[in-house]
Amino acid sequence: MVDVALVGVGKMGLSHLSMVRAHPDVRVVGVCDSAAYVLDVLGKYTGLPTFTDVERMLDQARPEAIVIATPTASHAALVRTAIERGIHVFCEKPLTLSGEESTELSRLAEERGLVTAVGYHNRFVGAFRELHRLLEAGAIGTVSHALAESYGPVVLKPKGSTWRSRRGVGGGCLYDYAAHPLDLLAWCFGEAESARGSVLGSIFSAETDDEVYSTLRWPGGVTAQLSVNWSDESQRKMTTKLSVWGSAGRIVADRQEIQVYLRDTAPAVEGYSPGWNVRYTTELTEPVWFYLRGEEYSAQLDDFVRAVAAGRPGESSFASAAVTDRVIDRILRDAEAGTAAESASLPAGGLAAAGAAAPTPRRGLFRRAARSAS
Amino acid sequence: MSAPIDRLLFGDNQFFGVNHMSEEKARAQAMRFQSTEAIVEVLDAAYAEGIRTFMCTTHERIAEIADHVRRNPERYPDYRFYPCMPYAHKYANAVTQDGMLGALRRFMPSEGLLSTALRSGRSLAAKDIEGIVTVLVDSEMRMFEGLSTPVIFLQNVVVDLLLGLGFTDAFRIFAEHVRTRYGAEPGFITMNLPMLLDELDRAGVENPIVCANMNAIGFRMAGGIEGYERALAERRFRPIAMSVLASGAIAPREAFEWVRDRPEIEAVVFGASSHGNIRSTAGIARELWPAG
Repeated sequence: MVDVALVGVGKMGLSHLSMVRAHPDVRVVGVCDSAAYVLDVLGKYTGLPTFTDVERMLDQARPEAIVIATPTASHAALVRTAIERGIHVFCEKPLTLSGEESTELSRLAEERGLVTAVGYHNRFVGAFRELHRLLEAGAIGTVSHALAESYGPVVLKPKGSTWRSRRGVGGGCLYDYAAHPLDLLAWCFGEAESARGSVLGSIFSAETDDEVYSTLRWPGGVTAQLSVNWSDESQRKMTTKLSVWGSAGRIVADRQEIQVYLRDTAPAVEGYSPGWNVRYTTELTEPVWFYLRGEEYSAQLDDFVRAVAAGRPGESSFASAAVTDRVIDRILRDAEAGTAAESASLPAGGLAAAGAAAPTPRRGLFRRAARSAS
Repeated sequence: MSAPIDRLLFGDNQFFGVNHMSEEKARAQAMRFQSTEAIVEVLDAAYAEGIRTFMCTTHERIAEIADHVRRNPERYPDYRFYPCMPYAHKYANAVTQDGMLGALRRFMPSEGLLSTALRSGRSLAAKDIEGIVTVLVDSEMRMFEGLSTPVIFLQNVVVDLLLGLGFTDAFRIFAEHVRTRYGAEPGFITMNLPMLLDELDRAGVENPIVCANMNAIGFRMAGGIEGYERALAERRFRPIAMSVLASGAIAPREAFEWVRDRPEIEAVVFGASSHGNIRSTAGIARELWPAG
């Protein structure tokens, strides 16, 4: 039995709590949130021990492991507290708002021999696992390029009142959405050394980004386009897709299926033949002990619990999440440099003085449309 | 004594861009069923094949289908809806936008009967789940007013969330409210059948209608196919099988042979987008799995 505590009972936190509580090898010893309302309801109807203060929970409940599902800006301090007490940590993504901080936390946890995991659930999706396995096996030869996409309907109008609408506390499409495809890229190719042509665009949000585009480059020459938009109402829910081109073929994977094209020159991989190969989630997905919203969520918590029980590293550790956070930093810096260069090229007086030559008429149009829709 | 359930029930996933095999296929279906007429056409095809029960989410577009059936009583004299609530995306998106409490407030009716308003306001303040659950059910049921809804389901994301949390009371509250207010049987959809049956026992919900994935390859049958087989053989409940084709991984003939070998299964819910597919699936079902 692993004694687990959980901090943060928002949408992800509740879902994690439900899955972890149903795990046969877990005892939930405490649940903490600053919002007393949901916490009180939980305590009243489920009998779980509840706390509004993390330190007090850790003192009294003495968990071996903790699940952190609070807004991103609070991760760093909570993770540090847990590490200092020798507690294994599962933290929601992204790990922190700074690559440097994530790197430091990863080092601290490693020094203490703690198991760490970050909620990048796509690594547990059957089709992405298969894509990863095929790349490792060199199935499509030398990889030259990837396209990593995520689209979904999160911010569809100008007003939002939660932390997600402010970048300063970890809201925005880059931290919340782009982190997923970036993690998949890091998983497959390691750490991208540069980000160029990065765009952090706002469609509806006043204080953060709703779309992210960038070109990433790895040592050795692999490149990737990142294309992410969380204001896309044409999607029923978040959809993430990774396409990879290699000298001997191409792989496209999403949550449901993997499509693999292999040239005659491709090395033999069991179960695959030259031309198109399609595998579906029904054959790629391992059964889980408890299902809520997708096998991958159960599977990632199961991996964490087993890693803690066995004292082995987790699949999606702080070290790999720190890679993603450092790449996010590069995209942010590149986008800021791009914006600065853009405004420097304007005549004195900025946009107004530039008149018809204003460089971003499209964005202005969208902003107006957004306002009139409110 | 509750009314019998038809052997074949028609589901609605295909109308709303839900496809567990392929996102491309899901998108194509979402495009095809943009108009309510396109949905009605398929429902009519199912009706022509003798399928009179529509098991549907409380998606806002279902309100249009309900309107259509209400307007044409002569065309659908014996039509039944099995509402599955809540339409989870509506709430999930609201939580992302307004936070947990904000979302709850948004769905608590602010207008309407004074008693409802009082009930919801008081419930929120008192953390009284009974009041909150019943008001939410009533607001979801409004679109079915005047129509036959003999079974009302709690949808799987909610059932399984509550199941994991150990929120046993919610199942009892839902069951009692559905029985007393709507004269309907409560139903529960789940991906975790064996665990849910234990929890419903604890909640005191007897001989429950439970709809779960049941198929020959164990697709999305959490707890393992053996656990499901044991539950079918040993537990007292009214099983409705969904995903018997495992999203197309199993051929209809093989799927219904598997169902036939499990006589405890009372009904199968399936979805299809064309008259041809409905006719052939219904034909296979009636041939291999005649009403017993």
